[in-house]
Amino acid sequence: MSPMFEYAPAPESRAVVDIAPSYGLFVDGEFREAAGGKSFKTVSPSTEEVLAEVAHAGAEDVDAAVAAARRAFASWSALPGAERAKYLFRIARIIQERSRELAVLETLDNGKPIRETRDADLPLVAAHFFYHAGWADKLAHAGYGPDPRPLGVAAQVIPWNFPLMMLAWKVAPALACGNTVVLKPAETTPLSALFFADVCRQAGLPKGVVNILTGDGSTGAALVAHEGVDKVAFTGSTAVGKQIARTVAGSAKKLTLELGGKGANIVFDDAPVDQAVEGIVNGIYFNQGQVCCAGSRLLVQESVQDELLEALRRRLSTLRVGDPLDKNTDVGAINSAEQLARITELADSGEAEGAERWSPACELPERGFWFAPTVFTNVTQAHRIAREEIFGPVLSVLSFRTPDEAVAKANNSQYGLSAGVWTEKGSRILAMAGRLRAGVVWANTFNKFDPTSPFGGYRESGFGREGGRHGLEAYLDV
Amino acid sequence: MTVCYARRYAPLVTMPASSPTAPAAPPPAAPPALADATASDAALRRFLHGLPGVDAVGLEARAAQLGTRSIKTTAKAYAIDLAISMIDLTTLEGSDTPGKVRALCAKGVNPDPTDRTVPKVAAICVYPDMVATARQALDACGGQDVKVASVATAFPSGRAELGVKLADTRDAVAAGADEIDMVIDRGAFLSGRYMKVFEEIRAVKQACARAGGGDAHLKVIFENGELSTYDNIRRASWLAMLAGADVIKTSTGKVAVNATPANTLLMLEAVRDFRAATGTQIGVKPAGGIRTAKDSIKYLVMVNEVLGDDWLHPDWFRFGASSLLNDLLMQRQKLTTGRYSGPDYVTVD
Repeated sequence: MSPMFEYAPAPESRAVVDIAPSYGLFVDGEFREAAGGKSFKTVSPSTEEVLAEVAHAGAEDVDAAVAAARRAFASWSALPGAERAKYLFRIARIIQERSRELAVLETLDNGKPIRETRDADLPLVAAHFFYHAGWADKLAHAGYGPDPRPLGVAAQVIPWNFPLMMLAWKVAPALACGNTVVLKPAETTPLSALFFADVCRQAGLPKGVVNILTGDGSTGAALVAHEGVDKVAFTGSTAVGKQIARTVAGSAKKLTLELGGKGANIVFDDAPVDQAVEGIVNGIYFNQGQVCCAGSRLLVQESVQDELLEALRRRLSTLRVGDPLDKNTDVGAINSAEQLARITELADSGEAEGAERWSPACELPERGFWFAPTVFTNVTQAHRIAREEIFGPVLSVLSFRTPDEAVAKANNSQYGLSAGVWTEKGSRILAMAGRLRAGVVWANTFNKFDPTSPFGGYRESGFGREGGRHGLEAYLDV
Repeated sequence: MTVCYARRYAPLVTMPASSPTAPAAPPPAAPPALADATASDAALRRFLHGLPGVDAVGLEARAAQLGTRSIKTTAKAYAIDLAISMIDLTTLEGSDTPGKVRALCAKGVNPDPTDRTVPKVAAICVYPDMVATARQALDACGGQDVKVASVATAFPSGRAELGVKLADTRDAVAAGADEIDMVIDRGAFLSGRYMKVFEEIRAVKQACARAGGGDAHLKVIFENGELSTYDNIRRASWLAMLAGADVIKTSTGKVAVNATPANTLLMLEAVRDFRAATGTQIGVKPAGGIRTAKDSIKYLVMVNEVLGDDWLHPDWFRFGASSLLNDLLMQRQKLTTGRYSGPDYVTVD
């Protein structure tokens, strides 16, 4: 039976974004072909349609970009902070003005719903530039000495899950502190970074301050290994993070890594149930679960487990999965075939290891990369799906009896990026937050981001902080 | 959920009603699944305070998120007609006259004089002394199926003796009211005298009985703006539903904060959980402050996504509103003709 109140399609118009058939590298303020002439295609994960052909940067291009950034560094770092702030404010405002265009572009290239790019990604991107613009002339008051100096050229490698937002988290503090940047966006989502290059031109940013190199893992490896680089910042998988740490070891390069996670979302029996359900949904189905700090492990107190899971299943049945450009879509496409295969393999292992799998009834589109929102119950600490990062819309439900057990299970992970605590008891929130080994602990909410709040991990989730006063340290010579 | 709630409240169900303040009145006829929750003042308090808490930030964020749904074309047409059919077209002014009430009734039956395909509103909502006038006026213009709702119980403040409130109610029912919109005693609620509020609702419900059998539908108004916290609104919702309310209603429209998406969402969750626990379906009526078609559609989206098809009917969801109707009509004209009209193309009332 079809529902009585069926929402008609409400697609956001693609006409607001003009994607060129091909894009070059952004080096020294100009777009140029890759020296080797190589290129690759970027597709829309929801339809597998080819969106554009993008230059593939090789070692020669990395040389050129780092050299351009080095040339620009002298004058950029010599600018008074207030002058650098003007550029950052300008960039922030241009992003706001072009936010609809950038949101549609991001949705096309990444596969995430327009509701998220419009209401979460783009506002946060602008907020990061505004926030760091404010710091540019106040670095003397940040607690890093009377006149903290920038590091030089920052090599930044970012992931595909929040392409433009991760760019903002990297570029904004780097520029505010007086560094210049060579940034490599992810192979599957290069477009928004190239549009950002255009934003930089529009803002009149001096040549060479921001350089964008598109390419695959080899481009990133060449960039972080380059001798002319003073700082390496990476967000992505733990495996690649470890590789980068090995590459950088023994050099003078300053390194920050923001890697994987297996966040525990802990629900006590006195939690606000309806809001906890929303928090669980937001924790693991936001951005199709492709979030490093996702609440992929639900730890629920046994006394309320049945009640909570029933409410959760009822809520998941109302999730709208489909066309990411439809304004009413809650869950979009998985970013790539490769990622889909990984999610599928891990979910299958959950079943094979005896966990109980459930998904709401939902029709997945035929073309593109799709995975239905999934919940696993009867999961134990011994299951792979309780330990490995799935990076997809798959929730593993475990239970606990006492706060001590909750802490022990939450901390029993190689990762330590995020955690959530749901209880109406304030003292318990504070006690839990102190004992959880996670870089971010959310109380009665999940996946909330703010440029004023430092973000980062413990253990295999990486080191260094992004955002807030703490995040400046990564880009200052202190 | 039935099982879950039974488990959550199991201690209550087995608890002896030993409180000295237990009412001497016959035991309330709360739904059997939760009968013991109302066995005594203490049990009722423990029950209401044992309900899951409400996180204000999360509740408001969820309401705002549902407010971003984009309702277009066919969905919009469906929603506009549904919203019109759910309106309790209201006039509650000291200056009300029979002429004003008759005009409102005519509008409720034929909302758009240029388009007879527009559905009728659900009810005309007036003060008790206008009930007879409204009934006659509706019958005279083909609105036999449009209900007459009357506020009662010393609306809007509710500051009167129970006897006065009951007389007010009986008067409205005798005059032909199909529905009674009562206000709770917020003073008693805020001072923690839940059993007083409970018994008052029960008494008003009895006063809704018609001489010839059957009874008027009882809507219970909380005045959310005065209850102030979401925890209070959730407790008031359960209190009223246990006491026999047919519909729970946000507000009188007479205070600064009336219906909001968040407090209505909370009440939708309450009726959802109550049906799961008891099998009894209760209606919801946000009132006051809903003036635009866009706003009303946001409320319908909430009903749709929280409660589903079972509540998408004027029997189970109402809008207490006056100016909302004209905006819905203008939006409807836009959909049918393709261009925006103006306020001169809908009737003033």
